[in-house]
Amino acid sequence: MPEVLEQHRVLTPVTRPDERAARRTLLDQVARLETELSQLFCSTWPRKGFDWGVPSRGGPRILGMAELEELRDELAERVHHARRALSDRTWSEEQSRQLIEEMLLEPERHKWIRVANEDIGEPGCKHWHVRPRLGFIGMLAGWWRVVISSGCPLATSHP
Amino acid sequence: MTALELDLREGWVDPELAAEFPELSLAWAPLEAAPGPSSRSVKRRLRTLADRYTGAKVIHMRQDQVPWAYRVFSRQVGIDPDTTRTPVEQVALDRLTWGGLRSRNRVDDALTIAIAETGVPVIALDGDLVGSSLGLRLAASGERLGGGRPLATGQIVVADEERAVAVVLGEIAEDAGVTPGTRRMVIAALGVKGVPRISVEEALWTCGETLLGDD
Repeated sequence: MPEVLEQHRVLTPVTRPDERAARRTLLDQVARLETELSQLFCSTWPRKGFDWGVPSRGGPRILGMAELEELRDELAERVHHARRALSDRTWSEEQSRQLIEEMLLEPERHKWIRVANEDIGEPGCKHWHVRPRLGFIGMLAGWWRVVISSGCPLATSHP
Repeated sequence: MTALELDLREGWVDPELAAEFPELSLAWAPLEAAPGPSSRSVKRRLRTLADRYTGAKVIHMRQDQVPWAYRVFSRQVGIDPDTTRTPVEQVALDRLTWGGLRSRNRVDDALTIAIAETGVPVIALDGDLVGSSLGLRLAASGERLGGGRPLATGQIVVADEERAVAVVLGEIAEDAGVTPGTRRMVIAALGVKGVPRISVEEALWTCGETLLGDD
């Protein structure tokens, strides 16, 4: 509808023609980084404690070149941090998995150690806990074993 | 149920906006439908839709083609999609929060169904309060959303021949939205890069069918 568009010609263009190629590249980079961030978000689930925030720019509007560059840089930094945090977390989870294996093989060498599902990047409340058989008697006799919890506690009403 | 005849129309797009986002589009259709309570079949459909959502599905939704495309568009226009959710992610989040898709009225339920089924954002406007031609453009300096709050210069809006009636992926002008007195509606769906045209049209058909469905 040309007549409709004519009424709003008072706007000064936000972009200049020679910027178009650079803007196209920046928009593509933002799209690619958003894809990477989404993939990382899905990879981290159900882990918690990751920071995904990239502040809004008061949209929806056409962002200026400097704003697009800033957005791209912040997204890139966020992707970098998330990837590094996930890498650190998976290394620590691998250590916890190894610890569970060792606990199962030699419980007496891992007295009272407790590893939760969260420590190995799994959802749920399950945990592995090295405890003595028959309580105090087991402690004195060195009868240690790994007790695996049966899951999340049931919800209870609050007074 | 009578066969739905939807008069699909293509909205105009401001040249500057089209140059920045070549695949940006607005499909819209007038509809002889009035608001009211939802029928049993609509409520049943909402329940069936709600059953499709699981935590894992919602988490991975952002990697699906259509929801992903709206996330990317949100980023590109300066919206943080993790703070201001895209409509389909908001529907999914509401589903997890409330344990179901709550029925409110025929219009809201039709929009929810269309968004949940297709992932495409759809809005409904009062057909008697908007002009005969809708499109997308940038808000001019000093312009208001309908007759209400001022808009920031350059905001991307849905507009008719005279005024802005909605902010893209945002609020609708109070004096353009559907009210209990509405007799005719206009439904509009936003298309962005990465979203097949057929999904945008399907969103409007789904919304139209729900609005005109039997009680």
